[in-house]
Amino acid sequence: MTQSIVVQVGQCGNQIGCRFWDLALREHASRNKHGVFDEPLSSFFRNVDTRYDDPANIPIGIGKNKIKTLKARAVLIDMEEGVVNDLLKGPLGDVFDCRQLITDVSGSGNNWAVGHMMYGQQYREEITESIRRAAEQCDCLQCFFVLHSMGGGTGSGVGTSVLSLLSDEFPDVYRFVTAVYPSAEDDVITSPYNSVLAMHQLTQHADCVLPVENQALYDICHKISQALPPEKTGKRMVGGHSRVKADSAVTASAGGLVKKSDEKPFDKMNNIVANLLLNMTSSARFEGSLNVDLNEITMNLVPFPQLHYLVSSLTPLYALSDINLPPRRLDQMFSDAFSKDHQLIKADPKHSLYLACALMLRGNVEISDVRRNIERLKSSLKFIHWNQEGWKTGLCSVPPVGQPYSLLTLANNTCIRHTFSDLKDRFVKLYKRKAHVHHYTHVDGMEMSQFSESLESLTTLMKEYEGLETNMGRIVDDVHRLQIAS
Amino acid sequence: MSIVTLQIGQCGNQIGGELFSTILEDAFGKASTVSKADNEAYIDEVLERFFHRPDSGKRNEVIPRARAVMVDMEPKAIAQSMLDAKKSGRWVYPKGQQFCQKRGSGNNWAHGYCKHGPQAQEAVMDMVQREAEKCDRMSGFLVFMSLAGGTGSGVGAYITECLRDHFPHSFITNQVVAPYNTGEVIVQNYNALLTLSHLYQSSDALLILENDQVHKICMQLLGIKNISFRDINKVIAHKLASVLQPVKPIGSNFPSYMHSNHISDMLTSIVPHPEYKLLTMKNIPQMSERSIAYSTFTWSGLLKHLRQMLIANAAMEEGIDWQVKVKSSTSHSSAIQHNKSIANLLLLRGKDVNTANVDGFQESCLYAPWVPSDAVCSVWATPRPFNLYEKSATLLSNSQSPIAALNTVVGKAWNMFASRAYVHQYIRYGLAEEDFVDSFAGLEQVIKSYSEL
Repeated sequence: MTQSIVVQVGQCGNQIGCRFWDLALREHASRNKHGVFDEPLSSFFRNVDTRYDDPANIPIGIGKNKIKTLKARAVLIDMEEGVVNDLLKGPLGDVFDCRQLITDVSGSGNNWAVGHMMYGQQYREEITESIRRAAEQCDCLQCFFVLHSMGGGTGSGVGTSVLSLLSDEFPDVYRFVTAVYPSAEDDVITSPYNSVLAMHQLTQHADCVLPVENQALYDICHKISQALPPEKTGKRMVGGHSRVKADSAVTASAGGLVKKSDEKPFDKMNNIVANLLLNMTSSARFEGSLNVDLNEITMNLVPFPQLHYLVSSLTPLYALSDINLPPRRLDQMFSDAFSKDHQLIKADPKHSLYLACALMLRGNVEISDVRRNIERLKSSLKFIHWNQEGWKTGLCSVPPVGQPYSLLTLANNTCIRHTFSDLKDRFVKLYKRKAHVHHYTHVDGMEMSQFSESLESLTTLMKEYEGLETNMGRIVDDVHRLQIAS
Repeated sequence: MSIVTLQIGQCGNQIGGELFSTILEDAFGKASTVSKADNEAYIDEVLERFFHRPDSGKRNEVIPRARAVMVDMEPKAIAQSMLDAKKSGRWVYPKGQQFCQKRGSGNNWAHGYCKHGPQAQEAVMDMVQREAEKCDRMSGFLVFMSLAGGTGSGVGAYITECLRDHFPHSFITNQVVAPYNTGEVIVQNYNALLTLSHLYQSSDALLILENDQVHKICMQLLGIKNISFRDINKVIAHKLASVLQPVKPIGSNFPSYMHSNHISDMLTSIVPHPEYKLLTMKNIPQMSERSIAYSTFTWSGLLKHLRQMLIANAAMEEGIDWQVKVKSSTSHSSAIQHNKSIANLLLLRGKDVNTANVDGFQESCLYAPWVPSDAVCSVWATPRPFNLYEKSATLLSNSQSPIAALNTVVGKAWNMFASRAYVHQYIRYGLAEEDFVDSFAGLEQVIKSYSEL
């Protein structure tokens, strides 16, 4: 079994991370009733003996040792103290120890250059040391998950600096980035700069990027809250809605360590991202009849090195309380996964071109269900001519908490270019007047050329997707095959 | 004679385990049509062939150990297979004959072939050596692997080459599972292309099974509603067992099964030319346990269907195209071309097997014109029924049958290769574009050779 390390950077990264660890513990607790430290648990957690000053790792052995104290395989980085301190004081505090934390007090002021150039350099050694320590505690390190936002200063700046550090120091370990893209109505004025500068780094150094967007997450939360039964008594029940199980929603934290009263405003949205990470890694952690290891995701979904941005969707958003599972409902889950309002970014993959698509299933689903639905949906989706059968499937037999089954789709789809072009437009609007640029160039090591290079890189990336899309719908002749001389 | 099996990758390990279970289920199942002594001989031969019994104690006292070496790059599939075997109570895997790493090959053939294979070589070959030494007489190797994944295909191709080097005179058969046309692994056509072209150099025979066909069998013949991989693997195991279980060449006078269908005899009769080594299996009947009780079979009926399955290239008895007729090679009518063979091996099991008329398989127009007419079809038979079927027939065929699928794989891979999609993932682990081109050329040659029969 392989292990993964989560590097959470900045306010947003740490808040998502917090939700991830809470839900990860909840998921393992529901599977692992006897409290043993088993292989699945070891992929994100260490079992340690805290009686020692430097808590000693308890080896996994044959997976039958009792859990003593669980420590997350995580590195927490923030250039202010607030969020990380809250995390430590909260119920999850015990999962981290102080040597996994790197904080400063002054923040990055929503400036990518401050995060990337200044703090990135200043903390490089400390961060390297911390990650190295986490890596040494792994038996076989497979993957880094870097969580950060694109709009702020610390997440985008320090986050991408960590990413390039990882590619230097651990070239063989996969780098997955979950990046939260700013919505059009973002309150940070420099967020287009930060995002475009950060994207240049992501395109160069990440193996795989899972963009998510606040607006899309917010809309999903809204959709769920409408379907859920009313919380306050006295509110009239609307027919049918009471059948939804409140605990089963992808936004729910029930059963986790954080109490409902302590829930923060973004927690619901962050839970969606946490579930994305859990469902993506479930097949690598648990058993199933068709396992998908993390390295298979990049292998199957990334046909060209730079086109590694994957659009994701989660279904079902909630489970119904009646436990019968007519195939119709299962099929609905597959249909929903391709609809616009279930995507974790504001995009419409159905009307763009697919380069490849992965279906990661959990729970009570058989290969024949998957085949039936692929056949059914195939005609409504457009795949690139050399990858007409570009489907990758995974079957994990352990369902997510509260749901009988679930589907995560990861799509390499040209619709992502619209997200990029919106970002570019916002960037250009500021950059035309060189607004706020001086805040960046004041920082040591930051050159004006960074702006133009990053813009160039983004434009190239968009062009590549666009170039592929021009062939959409056209019949492309098969290429002449090799002929054998007789 | 014994067969040493290698199970490589998730698919290989699942099928291997299913096969051993099927074999024992059949061996210890009801066999009312043969004498007790004959049945004992059959069981002894089955155990000798696939299992090792330390101390050669009585059959019922020592739990047999499969003659298997298990290889995978991640531990989950092997652990599950070992657990399933142990739970069955009938057999176990030998201790210390498992090789696994912690990190899978990630569907990347190059990762398996160029990296994991060489790393695993020494340990795996030690295990193979140890397993081979447990055999009194070894007839060859049987390798279970998939074509689509990274470990089965990549490590499998590499280990097969090692086997060829270490055991130059042993027979090596690779049982390969072709993935569903859609929806398993996106780079499956690349992986299959690279695997097949490499195995064609090192293996003696490639026994091809296609998930799509087996899926249809599950659905239409066995009436399974929600088909799982376990169902698929069961059918594959059943097909394999129907070939591998003891059976004697017709007319042989040996009283026991001791001198019957070694892998070597099988391959001598069915792979007469090294350019042609793609084998497929066709079985009849295949039905659910419930239906068997209500069905009766006659040899003439079974064989008539089986023959049509062969010439119309149908994977199962339902929906055979009866329009396809065998015509002599001289006429140029517009009728659909029938499926031409190099050689066939017909295995008959069950009651009154001596009354079966197999002339339909001996007609020379079924075969390529250059094949000598006395070498075209061998018939092996045993009165012992197989797996609840009163009468059953299996055709192991070296014919054009898998060429259509092979052609599709090469075509799709070539299309992808023309855009150089995914190629960087292979280059990262040490493969070059020329390696792809070589593989394409190799398989185009195979397709051409078979097509021109």
